[in-house]
Amino acid sequence: MNLNQRVARLAWPVIIVVVSFMLAPTASVGAPMSSSWDAKACGRVGGTLVFAQGDDPDGLDPHEVTDGFSVNNVSNVFDTLVRFTADSTQVEPSLAESWTVSADNLVWTFKLRKGVKFHDGTPFNAEAVKFNFERQTVEKHPYHPRAVGYADFTFQNVKSVDVVDEYTVRWNLSAPYAPFITNQAMFATGIVSPTAVKQYGQDFFKHPVGTGPFKFVEWIQKDHVTYEANRDYFAGRPCVDRLIIRTIPDNTVRLLEMERGTVHIIIGVNPPDYDRIRRNAELVLFTGAGLNTGYVSMNTEVAPFSDRRVRQAINYAIDRSSLVNAFYGGVGIPAKNPLPPTIWGYADKVQAYEYSVDKAKKLLAEAGFANGLTTELWWPNRARPYLTQPQKIAEALQAQLGLAGIQAKLVTYDWGTYLSKLRNGEDPMAIIGWIGDNGDPDNFLYALLDKDNAVRGKAQNYAFYKSDAVHRLLIQAQRVGDQATRAQLYEQAQEIIHRDAPWAPLVHASRVSAYRKDAQNYLYHPLEITWLHRVWLSK
Amino acid sequence: MARYVGRRLLELVPVAFGVLLVVFIISHLTPADPVLVILGEHASPATVERLRAELRLNDPLPVQFVRYVGGVLHGDLGRSIKQNERVTVQLATRFPATFELTIAAMLIASAVGILTGVVAAARQNSWFDAVSMFAALVGFSMPIFWLGIMLILLFAWYLGWVPISGRLDYTIELTRLTNFYLLDALLTRNWAALGNAARHLILPAVTLSTVPLAIIARMTRSSLLEVLRQDYVRTARAKGLAERIVVMRHALKNAFIPVVTVIGLNVGSLLGGAILTETIFAWPGMGRLVVDAIFARDYPVVQGTVLVIALLFVVVNLLVDLSYAYLDPRIRYG
Repeated sequence: MNLNQRVARLAWPVIIVVVSFMLAPTASVGAPMSSSWDAKACGRVGGTLVFAQGDDPDGLDPHEVTDGFSVNNVSNVFDTLVRFTADSTQVEPSLAESWTVSADNLVWTFKLRKGVKFHDGTPFNAEAVKFNFERQTVEKHPYHPRAVGYADFTFQNVKSVDVVDEYTVRWNLSAPYAPFITNQAMFATGIVSPTAVKQYGQDFFKHPVGTGPFKFVEWIQKDHVTYEANRDYFAGRPCVDRLIIRTIPDNTVRLLEMERGTVHIIIGVNPPDYDRIRRNAELVLFTGAGLNTGYVSMNTEVAPFSDRRVRQAINYAIDRSSLVNAFYGGVGIPAKNPLPPTIWGYADKVQAYEYSVDKAKKLLAEAGFANGLTTELWWPNRARPYLTQPQKIAEALQAQLGLAGIQAKLVTYDWGTYLSKLRNGEDPMAIIGWIGDNGDPDNFLYALLDKDNAVRGKAQNYAFYKSDAVHRLLIQAQRVGDQATRAQLYEQAQEIIHRDAPWAPLVHASRVSAYRKDAQNYLYHPLEITWLHRVWLSK
Repeated sequence: MARYVGRRLLELVPVAFGVLLVVFIISHLTPADPVLVILGEHASPATVERLRAELRLNDPLPVQFVRYVGGVLHGDLGRSIKQNERVTVQLATRFPATFELTIAAMLIASAVGILTGVVAAARQNSWFDAVSMFAALVGFSMPIFWLGIMLILLFAWYLGWVPISGRLDYTIELTRLTNFYLLDALLTRNWAALGNAARHLILPAVTLSTVPLAIIARMTRSSLLEVLRQDYVRTARAKGLAERIVVMRHALKNAFIPVVTVIGLNVGSLLGGAILTETIFAWPGMGRLVVDAIFARDYPVVQGTVLVIALLFVVVNLLVDLSYAYLDPRIRYG
């Protein structure tokens, strides 16, 4: 791309946004002036980039998948109306060049980018956006995927989508919902080619066709997926010619492959290997604050955890720093809030429960457990980013609680069973966690701690914490558009939650990845998703 | 003989039915819900319910079982709940990977194991006997995971003689006709792919062969020693035959029956997939397929895979039984 084209590409969205700001009769939502990704220029074009992760994608249809391995694939094939900036969870234009929202926060109007084509050559337009929405939400739609994991979340409060003209779509909401715009940047709202969906039907999940930087070539299951550069990509062609996403289940073997030079970038590193990577002059260990929280959920509906003093005692009894050092390679952050500090609205002024066995014992005595108490501590038999070594962490917590006089028997189940039982509230106290989907505080606080989500059998609020004060704040924060006001509301909610202590927040694990130095421009995004179109190979 | 084989093959029917029933009951009685596993954390209860109804998981278990068996009789093992792919398609891509690995591992285990056992028996109480049987004990007790990583470190990472993991380099083009890569490479006369696939096969095959090799070596040795003490061997020696001919021509064949049994059992179980070896070497075989399916409560995949494994086991055992008649002329099937 020559300089003029580049300037033109940067200038047009700016002009359009500015003009739409001037013309719009309604309140406008700010759109950045240009793409944050443009700063990441290709130093060299060409070559084959190899990225390796621990498992195969479940599928390559963004409307169906829910697992991170699939997300790293589909995020490189499909675009969304808006997208996350290169290094934050703020959003900026993508397939939509600009958007406005009505004064009552109920109608969102998007102006679409012109001249964009799907990988199969068909045009992207307003009809395609409507098709994508209806494919996911209308049960009787002829191409409704069998399993739609995210649509209930990404399109909550959305009533309908209207095609205004070929390049304008209008979203009608049933109630104001501020996180709506962030949700339109999530992988699950990736725009698929209607023509390809009709062509492949049920098998679209292995024939993905989007507008994104990489075109699908082949998928050898449990081995690798091959992509080639989309040379017509509207935001400039990717730096490499080919992208291979390999599946290598074992963390050590994956690292050895990278050391040999057969893989450029890996995610999933054993903490004991951090130093090995740091010592290698050809490799870089990437660590950054994560978008996750590992916590102990206490069932507030059953004794003894129905007593706030017992819950606070548990919080005092846990030495979070020692957990971070022992099990997170020293690169996690001890948690004091449900929100990770990477998200705006994080209540930094909240004073953490410090590690104090004496305070824990005192509170237990006040609650009538001067001689200690016996309970169960549940732990999931599956490592998660926020829970690197589940069994060892559970044993360490058991020992720490023991010092405060809390004898906790360890109980475990496999992942699926574990979640089902937690949803039913069968546990007294359980280790669990959450990885943010869209970087919005609502995605943590409302999803995990609002009384709306404390319904037995389908609860995500595993503590069954029901605070009317928190509920009012969280609902209000969904309805106002202004981010500063929302942040204040979330901070107030976190203070109440801290006092009520339905959780003992444990740790925010860092996002950790490693790469070879010749893979330039690589950044492991705060959302723990790997976008690879701006990575270039120096040799 | 033909009647015997026919009768044994007929036994496949009740075995298959029994396996289907047991696996069906076990997998459906465990708590947890495949629908929640697929849909993740964000689906509304209505969506969960809709998918459950679509997959007909709300029907009574006997109804689901009869429907499933009906499908199986028509050659339809259903679709994976997790991936919406036909189970037969998944098996067709995974089984060849496992088959190649199993055959390679068992060739190594049998060749090296039998040879070691024979030499150790022929030279009982020699230093070779002591060292090889000690090595066999070590091999048998070796944690596969550790061994695999060590082999990778030495031969792939440090020396660079073979690739670290995978089944074929992504740079190699191969027309996948049967998914048996070695066979596909031969059929398409793709020598680059043949060499590459063979090099990928070496380390996982050696790793996987360790335990069966140790068993085969020890079994060959003890069985041969027993035969060597029999009267007819003494007669052969008395005739003045060279010891090599006594062992190889007269004793070995008779000593083979327990060895073949062990080989058969190992082939049978390795065909079911070797989860540890497949995980270390990123080998896309049946072991990873079935374990992933169990964790995802992907009933059709678990059932289909276990059914195929069970049938293979029966067939391998039949072949072993038939080989007895060849090895020992006194054994006749009729």
